[in-house]
Amino acid sequence: MNTSSVSKGCFVFKPSSKKRKRTVGIDEYFVDGNDDCGNGRERFNICQKLWEKIKMDTEILQDELNEKILESLLDFIKKCTLSFQSRTDDWASRMRASEIPTAALVLGVNVPDHDMTFQSLSDLLKNSVTPFSVSVQAKECTALKNLMQRVLERLMGVGVSVEEDEEDSGIHLPQKRVSCSISVLCQWYKTVTKKHAMKSPDKTCSENGFLQSPPIVVIFKDFEAFNPRVLQDFILICNRYIHELPLIFVFGIATSPSTVQHILPHSVSSLLCIELFQSLSCTQHLATVIDKLILTSQFPFKLTGKVLQVLVSIFLYHDFSVRNFVKGLQLALLEHFHSQPLSVLCCKKQEARHNAQKLSHKDVEMVRQLPSFMRYVETQEPQEQVQLLTSDDHVKEVCQMLLKGLRKYHKNYYPILRCLHSLTASLPKYPLGKQIRELHISCLEKNVWETNEYESAMQLLRLLAKDELVAALRKCADILKPGKTKKMKSALQQLEDYIIRFEQLDGMSIETLSGEEITSPGKDLQKKTDLFQLQKTLLEMKGSRRTKKMSPFEILRNETLDFIDGLVRSHLTPPELQPLNEVCYYSSSGVLRRHLNATPRTSIQTALSHPFYFLQNENLKTDAGTVSSAAPDICIVYKLHLECGRLINLYDWLEAYATVVSAAEGKDPDAEDYGKVDELKHARFIQSVSELEFLGFVKSTKQKTDHVARLTWGGC
Amino acid sequence: MELRTTNICMKNFKSRLPDVTFYSRESEAACGPRGSVVGFSGSVSEKMLSGLHYPGCPEARLRSLREKLPCREVQAGTLLAIMGEPEQYCYPSIFIYGHRATGKSHVILTLLKELELPHAAVSCVECVSAGLLFEQTLLALFGADSAALLPRLPSLSDFVRVYRQVCAQQPAKQTRYIVLERAELLRDMEANLLPGLLRLQELVDDNVAVILLSEIVWDKFRPNTGCFEPLLLHFPDYTKAELLQILSLDSNPSYTPELYSSYINILLGVFYSVCRDLRELRHLAALNFSKFCEPLEKGEAKEGNTHKLWRNIEPHLKRAMQTVYLREVSSVQWGQQQMDEKEATALRGLSALAHVELPYYSKFLLIAAYLASYNPARTDRRFFVKHHGKMKKTSFLKKHEKTSNHLLGPKPFPLDRLLAIFYSVVDSRVAPTASVFSQISSLVTLQLLTQVGHDDQLDTPKYKCAVSLDFILAISRTVSFDIVRYLYDFI
Repeated sequence: MNTSSVSKGCFVFKPSSKKRKRTVGIDEYFVDGNDDCGNGRERFNICQKLWEKIKMDTEILQDELNEKILESLLDFIKKCTLSFQSRTDDWASRMRASEIPTAALVLGVNVPDHDMTFQSLSDLLKNSVTPFSVSVQAKECTALKNLMQRVLERLMGVGVSVEEDEEDSGIHLPQKRVSCSISVLCQWYKTVTKKHAMKSPDKTCSENGFLQSPPIVVIFKDFEAFNPRVLQDFILICNRYIHELPLIFVFGIATSPSTVQHILPHSVSSLLCIELFQSLSCTQHLATVIDKLILTSQFPFKLTGKVLQVLVSIFLYHDFSVRNFVKGLQLALLEHFHSQPLSVLCCKKQEARHNAQKLSHKDVEMVRQLPSFMRYVETQEPQEQVQLLTSDDHVKEVCQMLLKGLRKYHKNYYPILRCLHSLTASLPKYPLGKQIRELHISCLEKNVWETNEYESAMQLLRLLAKDELVAALRKCADILKPGKTKKMKSALQQLEDYIIRFEQLDGMSIETLSGEEITSPGKDLQKKTDLFQLQKTLLEMKGSRRTKKMSPFEILRNETLDFIDGLVRSHLTPPELQPLNEVCYYSSSGVLRRHLNATPRTSIQTALSHPFYFLQNENLKTDAGTVSSAAPDICIVYKLHLECGRLINLYDWLEAYATVVSAAEGKDPDAEDYGKVDELKHARFIQSVSELEFLGFVKSTKQKTDHVARLTWGGC
Repeated sequence: MELRTTNICMKNFKSRLPDVTFYSRESEAACGPRGSVVGFSGSVSEKMLSGLHYPGCPEARLRSLREKLPCREVQAGTLLAIMGEPEQYCYPSIFIYGHRATGKSHVILTLLKELELPHAAVSCVECVSAGLLFEQTLLALFGADSAALLPRLPSLSDFVRVYRQVCAQQPAKQTRYIVLERAELLRDMEANLLPGLLRLQELVDDNVAVILLSEIVWDKFRPNTGCFEPLLLHFPDYTKAELLQILSLDSNPSYTPELYSSYINILLGVFYSVCRDLRELRHLAALNFSKFCEPLEKGEAKEGNTHKLWRNIEPHLKRAMQTVYLREVSSVQWGQQQMDEKEATALRGLSALAHVELPYYSKFLLIAAYLASYNPARTDRRFFVKHHGKMKKTSFLKKHEKTSNHLLGPKPFPLDRLLAIFYSVVDSRVAPTASVFSQISSLVTLQLLTQVGHDDQLDTPKYKCAVSLDFILAISRTVSFDIVRYLYDFI
């Protein structure tokens, strides 16, 4: 801001009202202050729409995956409820009447994902079985008191708010905290169920479909994290009331079911009637998510191999969490639309055509600078090249055409990828990877047919027996069937032809085989004694075997595989070779890794040892391994502390610090007070040492009073 | 509040147990033995054997009592004798102990209920605070109004005050009893609670007796400061014959009691050597009975054909033997398995699925933690440094360390050591990212590691590895890491 004042001073600028408005709305973040391209808002909208779609799809997917286990769980709970009611008449159920029915739900170690499962479980319960379900977490139940309180609050709190609308004389939470015991709950339950029964006296079911005495379901979300004492006591207490309260437990177990026995002693676990439910493993879950979100031409937004690799490796190496994977995908999506102005073209067919028409001159320039577009220009005729480089309109036309090509490429790519995977997935040792995502990543990165793995996979395929091969080809045909493009249709046609030819082979193959003469090279071998000669003959024999007349099956097999090879070569080219791929593909894996898999320790160390990296001050630029004496105090102190052993003498440290700082002040090294410690330096030193202590590099020690201990290892 | 001596109180109750000697606090100081166990042998029990006596109680009710307390007549008789006549003062506190499922609560509660004596039965496990205990006691003895008189967070003296207050309005015509189940939990509450309860009779100046039930012997209760010694009463374990008698009681209505008791006889023959817990035996009986009856249902055997029935059930009982105490499969599942089993399929119990899927680095962190826990720190150089120089085999294998580290259990190790080992066992370069650190803490919440000492995170936290050798072997097999080569115990 400029002022007309000559003197220096403080001036107040009231922010203009227009500016204040700018701060609202997330989409503003997409429109940079010095906006060089005006399509920020459109990009934001496209991004939002895409994300909504992805989010919805993953949620549907999640529900589908959980459906089975949740259904069996619901069945179990319903069955238990019925057995509560039939308790008195049946001998067997009377004998186990004192057991609390318990479902052990093994969900795997990806704890962050469990929330969704439990959420849908309690929704299902609320809708169909019982209004009384509580879920508790370990961190809110450190003592038995807290656990009781949570359970009572959540059960009765909800009930109260519903009942009070109807009549005042309903139950109300006891004002005094003291009486938070299960007996209070018992009384409450009796009144509530009585009220239900009164409302619908003639039926066993009340109007909302619940049974007459709906069970109370207590869900322990993270069983392992609970304090064993708390759980044991709670179960013991509940057991005393099981005849009055139909209680059912659900344990959310992350590791293995045997933890139940580790946490609960026999005297407690014998009070439970545990049934086991195992959920889908998280790797299968991820495979499904990748299958539905990544390996599809439905979404225009794509990830390059490296980015996908980062996301998958975070999943496999670090957390096993599908939710985090989807979050990573969301981050990639945001980053792509935020950082790539041309991502405005990354949308559905109609919209993309429309947006391509509206490209500004600047955008067109950007298109021209895309490496893939430049490569495309180079392959064109000279006249066309001139056109592309001069006429904006022509570029826009070409853009539309190229985008169409890209879409086609995707439509062909995924079916062929699936075909290749289904062919090679059953081969021994999985030369092209067990999971389709591995194959996908290698296809994204290079020409897959040039790799050794592809070579060996093809060789193995050429050894397949007929029935195996035909079965695999059938599978491929099934995959290709939904394909809509011309190329896919013709490929399907050809494949089916091959399958028919294989079947026709059956009749004639035997005759042809018997007519063939098998030469036995064994007798020639016996004469040879010379090693060189032997080698030569062997080589000859190998050659002759290759030229040996092949059976019709072998010929057909080779022909089929050559056809498949051709399909791979024409459709599985890496996307980098496609012009305008930058529009759809997000490629900065480094950014993603930095955000998702942060390295706080390394960052702190970088900041301390290379202050230039973050401060960007020219004065601080130094050679590797040294620190400029003008660096911030904490950097100097840090650098000095690196040279010490496990215990650091504070006074020596202070001396060294004073010397370095004096040099920075530009004092004469021969002067009297050079390197002397004055109060200011002392204070600065103490401050930076305490900062280091705060960061966890040193701590005070009781071994020697004037020393501090290093907490990082390494050192001199 | 004035504390009177026990002598005064001793005068107030009249013992009907001439052969049992009681030691008051005074005599205890003089002659050493603290308290005495009321025995059931010798002269005392012979008198009891004739049956239960309770003054002013019709014989019919006593008979029904006897039926309800099978195999515990002796103990019930002793108790009744101690309790004395309703209006007489009882001994101030009685401590009853015995193993689980020996009928402690059952006997005392049945007695009190059947004889319609005023009592309060409270389970200490339910009382998260002493306040709840007081409240429930007052509620049961004097009704809801009295409990409301207690202030927030009441102390023992509040309780005594309120008790005296309400007691003045409703003076005791009969002895009031306070039964505290799982009394061992009283020790964890306020220090004055247990001694106070033991002398409650004096404190409130009322005809009240406190009966404590526990599985633990009294010696473990006695506070350092000393206290009033309660009367000790031991409930011995049931004998085989007694178990048979008790278990036969819950016979299935669709079969004759004789059949059921012969079934129980077979069951006890198999299980008595490994399991004497009444509850567990009852559970097993309920589990296997349907199988036992199968030939009868099919008409293959008659009830009298015990041998055939035995032949049929024996293999199933043998199989159930493997899972005694484990409760691996729920009783419902067990029933289903027995319905549709044809061949001896392995039971898909809780421990069958011990396999745990972990992320790749978590596996290595766990392996590193295991190595750090079971190897001495000085051997790290030998295992993890490529050129560890000369380390003489003799000095490395110090013979005096004969004891296997695996027998001693895991040792705590600092975070630094864990990470150092982790970086040297994991085959690729790993950046020290935030998620590596968060994996350590999630391993702690999964109880695969335990944190030793709840110090500040900055102050070099220490951990222990809490997994078994089998578990870690399975884990290291999945990442093809030969952990045995790195374990000091196996070198």
